[in-house]
Amino acid sequence: MLDEPVVHGIEWTIKELFVYPNEFIYWSIQIVMYPYMTGLVAGAFVLSSLYHVFGQKDLKEIAQFSLVFSLALLPVAALPLLLHLQQPTRAMEPLLTPHFTSAIAAFGIVFTTYALIVLSEIWFVYRKYFVEQVYALKQKAGLSNLMKRTVYRVLTIGAYDISEGALKIDKKAATVLAAIGIPVACFLHGYAGFIFGSVKANALWMSPLMPVIFIMSAVVSGIALCMFTYIVIMEWKAFLRRRGGGALEAGQIKGAEEEVINKAARYLLGFLVAAISLEMLDLIFRGYTAMKSWDILRSVMYGKDFMNIFVLQYTLGNLVPFVLLVLPRRTLLRTVIALILVLFGVFMMRWNVVIGGQAFSLSFSGYMHYEIPVIPHSLETFKEGVFGALTVIATPFFLFWIINKFVPSLRRDTEGS
Amino acid sequence: MTCSRRDFLKDTVGGSLVSALPLSAFTLISQAEAAAALSESKTRWAFLVDTTKCVGCGLCVKACKNENEIPYDAAVTRTWVERYVVTKGGSTHIDSPMGGRDGFIDDKIRDEEIDPEDIAKAFFVPKLCNQCDNPACVQVCPVGATYQTHDGIVLIDREWCIGCGYCIMACPYGVRFFHPEEKVADKCNFCYHRISNGMDPACVENCSFGARRIANLKDPDDPVANIIRTERVSVLKDEYGTKPHVFYIGLDAEVR
Amino acid sequence: MKWHILRPLWVAIGLVGSILVAQQFLVPDDFGVHGRNFTYGYHRLSNIQEWKDFPVKYRGRESCVECHEENVLKLNASTHAPVECENCHGPSVNHPDDKEFLPLDTTRELCLRCHAFLEYPNSARGELLSVEDRRHKRRYECVKCHNPHDPQEDVEEEDSE
Repeated sequence: MLDEPVVHGIEWTIKELFVYPNEFIYWSIQIVMYPYMTGLVAGAFVLSSLYHVFGQKDLKEIAQFSLVFSLALLPVAALPLLLHLQQPTRAMEPLLTPHFTSAIAAFGIVFTTYALIVLSEIWFVYRKYFVEQVYALKQKAGLSNLMKRTVYRVLTIGAYDISEGALKIDKKAATVLAAIGIPVACFLHGYAGFIFGSVKANALWMSPLMPVIFIMSAVVSGIALCMFTYIVIMEWKAFLRRRGGGALEAGQIKGAEEEVINKAARYLLGFLVAAISLEMLDLIFRGYTAMKSWDILRSVMYGKDFMNIFVLQYTLGNLVPFVLLVLPRRTLLRTVIALILVLFGVFMMRWNVVIGGQAFSLSFSGYMHYEIPVIPHSLETFKEGVFGALTVIATPFFLFWIINKFVPSLRRDTEGS
Repeated sequence: MTCSRRDFLKDTVGGSLVSALPLSAFTLISQAEAAAALSESKTRWAFLVDTTKCVGCGLCVKACKNENEIPYDAAVTRTWVERYVVTKGGSTHIDSPMGGRDGFIDDKIRDEEIDPEDIAKAFFVPKLCNQCDNPACVQVCPVGATYQTHDGIVLIDREWCIGCGYCIMACPYGVRFFHPEEKVADKCNFCYHRISNGMDPACVENCSFGARRIANLKDPDDPVANIIRTERVSVLKDEYGTKPHVFYIGLDAEVR
Repeated sequence: MKWHILRPLWVAIGLVGSILVAQQFLVPDDFGVHGRNFTYGYHRLSNIQEWKDFPVKYRGRESCVECHEENVLKLNASTHAPVECENCHGPSVNHPDDKEFLPLDTTRELCLRCHAFLEYPNSARGELLSVEDRRHKRRYECVKCHNPHDPQEDVEEEDSE
């Protein structure tokens, strides 16, 4: 693995015509994953806020789940960046010597702020549970119980007051934090867009619309993922009731589910339209002004990446789900298909921005093609290949499994109020 | 100290004794004072490339790789030479195999034969870091691992670079890359170790044709600086507002 | 008032505090604004000197002439005068202290860098004496006949094929 120094990027970059010698696809799959996962974090958080801030009672259970799930997703927004760094051991330096003229320097600060908000909110929601566990585990013997109790004692941060008044304040604090969290979440995304939009050397990325486009598509993917998860959970519940003989209860669940889905689908459509409009505006503007870079941009968009941009992203990822959601007599299956397509469409949008922005040379005289490494033969081709991306996707579910052992988001009787 | 701190700093900066200076001296003076002293730095390095003289031998690239310990067989390089062949029909063929490290001894461009009768003009263009006055790469570094020295050179701190690649993305000239062994961003620094010690950069010294020359713009008697001042020179991609400091003679409109 | 709601805040402050403490220990003392401004001059000061101390490899003919005066003078008098010794002999680095012999490059490819014929009008390349590689004594190294220290010396016709 270390016998020969390998030029970073040479293993997955195919050059065509004239490309500067030092140009490679330096930002690969992990940088596609980064804005995509960040988008999902916010989506999960925004959904939980719908209950905590706007009092959407029917979203109560999914709100519990999505809040904890957004915590599990959170480290995963940073993981791609860590995997992408050439010097991962120096990852803390943006916090030590932040150079604030760089968009990336703010990442540590914005990200930490956001993490603290999510953590605090979870603390306020689950504090009663933590305290109860500390008392309950006191009765039980055994090393594992002692360890568990220690964890809960740490989690309470020494606040054992679970009187009526204290819990009321907890709830208020959670609401305030959820409200603050929404703009911070949007900032986290807009700022991811700024990282790209401010690179003046890159003809495709440089656009003041980039941050807004990123926020819109982040909200779209976030809502889609949460709706999808919600449907899966509700269907599972209805299925359990029906098996237990509660056909009436199952019917109630279905009714409630449809109402929530209808409401959420309307939000989804709205944001989808906004996202597509902005992207179209960007495209039309580039074509109309036809700056120096337009020749090569056009040849990439209408030629080499036509499949990725117009077929997979706009048609399959935007237009088809839009039609599926708008047409009357929508069924649940159709909704689920539309949601999966929306999630795919947003992923393709990230791909087309990150990889598409490096598909042409800075010389405007050549192209670069990204061959994503499938079978890794080194750490580098693992990190920046299919398996690296799959690791990133799998991590939140693994984290959720661990977190859920201490913060049971799927149990119904945990709500503090 | 008999001389004022400011004079002391000025002299120190003018010379090459920065590290010999006790660090406390820097913390004692105000930033404005330091900035004033620095703006009076006696050096602003610049580069002059005469494309009309370049024959595409690539010995500059070879020398650069050896001098700066860039793995010789790696595709990345701190400086490179591009070949432009413009046909009478108006099409432009550009190449730079291995950055021109082995020169250009074949008339084929990417295995394509070009009829010599059809060639309207052909020339070679050496490229290197432009040591911009407003370096986009420095602006975007999240940790302060790349910076501009008082004499105008943009350096990279190999101990502090996290390898995020943002600077590589930000450079409109494509001069930056990841060093295959150091695993940090790397680029030309006009051979800072040589120019700071009275030598020419390796590529300049090893150019037999005078196509590459180094200049100190702040020295009124510098002959190369005088060429930049008095003759018609141009720069690459000035539309990015980076204020590049590699000046070119005989730059064609086709040059990217 | 239930002050327990401030506990997460204390944790947050503790976290920020620990970053500030870590800064004291992990950031080199000479890190700061040393150049023009924060945008372009925020860095570790001693790195400048580290770059200045980078080892020099190409020492130039001034160092060659100390021992190889005859060859340098001959070269200087020839049409190859602008060509640096180290172009062909390689970087001297610490020669002769740790490297007694420098690897001399006598391949055709080295000469062809300048002397391969390319029909480029309006190019300095076209003004150099050049050969068509495939038509000119393909099997021999150029130095067999031409003396790179004085190319205009009479070509020694040995056993031509």
